[in-house]
Amino acid sequence: MDVNQLYEMLKKVQEPKGYHFNADKDMTMPLLESLLTNKERFGYMACPCRLANGDYEADKDIICPCVYREEDVKEYGACYCALYVSKEFNEGSVEKQVVPERRPPEKILF
Amino acid sequence: MFKSLKKILKKKNDGMPEPDAPAKSFDMEAFHMNDIKVYALSTCIHCRNAKKYLDECGVKYECVHVDELTGDERKQIVQEVKEHNPAVSFPTIVIRDKVVVGFHKDKIDDALKED
Repeated sequence: MDVNQLYEMLKKVQEPKGYHFNADKDMTMPLLESLLTNKERFGYMACPCRLANGDYEADKDIICPCVYREEDVKEYGACYCALYVSKEFNEGSVEKQVVPERRPPEKILF
Repeated sequence: MFKSLKKILKKKNDGMPEPDAPAKSFDMEAFHMNDIKVYALSTCIHCRNAKKYLDECGVKYECVHVDELTGDERKQIVQEVKEHNPAVSFPTIVIRDKVVVGFHKDKIDDALKED
């Protein structure tokens, strides 16, 4: 699957749920590329902006879309990576800010 | 150990600012490779944008892609990140004694301005 196919496939599923891709393609397309990189690496699409453990069970919470997306989009208009955003975020009515990490650091095994 | 650390640190930037680089009020010559360290993930867009910004600022830095490390090296670096940033999130940018977590242009500017 290439990045454009992934874009179309996810858009179809996520938009009706109220999660839009960031209209800034310079963000969205590299992030989708990275999801494909992680799929290749781990066998699942781990969040590209977080340090994955490489173990499915241990990374379950950060398989995109991560479990933190809902709260982050609600609070900041964007998920941690800013791949998924609200309609308002894309329309410019939400102030764009850096989304702080919500995942507990204990989830990183090392 | 130093040797292996050096190996994983990727040297970036030739020190030349981009023509459209933002006007900076700090002395980029005052910064050396060892002054700025970027803990990043190779897949992370915020890390990529932060590094691009540092490049535009014309400062030199060391970058380590933590996701590309394995074994003891990875443990050691994750511990290092934790000491600077307990959330172990990326990018973690250490500018001399200042730590900037996430890609905040203003915080990077402030950290570069200070002695």
